[in-house]
Amino acid sequence: MITKLNVTAIKVLDQDEALDFYVNKLGLEVGQDFEQGLIRWLTVRVPGDPGIEIYLEKPGPPAHDEATTAQLRELITKGAVGWVAFQTDDVRGLYETLKARGVTDFTQEPTDHFYGTDMGIRDPFGNAIRILQPAKVTQAATA
Amino acid sequence: MSREAEDLNRRLLRARDAMDRAYAQPLDVRAVAGVAHFSEAHFIRSFRTVFGETPHRYLQRRRVERSMFLLRETDRSVSDICFDVGFTSLGTFSRTFHEIVGETPSHYRAGHGPMVAPNCFQLVATRPVVAAGVAMRSSSFGEAAAEAAL
Repeated sequence: MITKLNVTAIKVLDQDEALDFYVNKLGLEVGQDFEQGLIRWLTVRVPGDPGIEIYLEKPGPPAHDEATTAQLRELITKGAVGWVAFQTDDVRGLYETLKARGVTDFTQEPTDHFYGTDMGIRDPFGNAIRILQPAKVTQAATA
Repeated sequence: MSREAEDLNRRLLRARDAMDRAYAQPLDVRAVAGVAHFSEAHFIRSFRTVFGETPHRYLQRRRVERSMFLLRETDRSVSDICFDVGFTSLGTFSRTFHEIVGETPSHYRAGHGPMVAPNCFQLVATRPVVAAGVAMRSSSFGEAAAEAAL
């Protein structure tokens, strides 16, 4: 039986730029960062939640041949590859924080739904990011 | 695949995102092309090559998808919804909706109730696909004029 999601990956075009965006702008923290052969194992995670790491994976050798790398890079920049969703306790506050940090690629400003309020942004490469503040569940609804 | 092509894709995606974000506002092709720093004609041509449809059709499908959502989820009148999603005339809305969905907004509403799925999923999964061979029509978006200028 699988018990836990451990590591997932987002494909990026440049790991330094990805680090700057996901850590300095979005507010995640670095999990692991070391080089092994041609690979830089660079992960980020939600602060205070070390159980799940996101590998910021740069397509290229030896995992991908040149043609595959080019195809992946093309698809990433078309917005056709990556997608990840986070939770927050204050989506509107985070929206203002991200704007103040220079994030401009919002795909959706904070919007209310029955399940909460969410917003959408794009990372520098084309990956989609959703951030949800779940609706408060009332006592009556859980009873 | 060059860095130039990647940069082109990313700029086109930024313009596409602007349509997704601001679909409810009046948009014309000049403003959207400006987001990606393109001339209008170059923008339309490049967008079609990269995303498989013109920017105007993309925007129409976004607006129609949002109208389908409001028809399913709210009690707002068809004409209110038409303006909510960025159409400026009820006639254009009804014609475009019928072209894309294959039935009128009222028929669609009668046949569909609320959906329990996150909105970001609905945005993608319920986006109507245009029937093959549907002709483009001119509109306030200004695409036809920009292409004619080629």
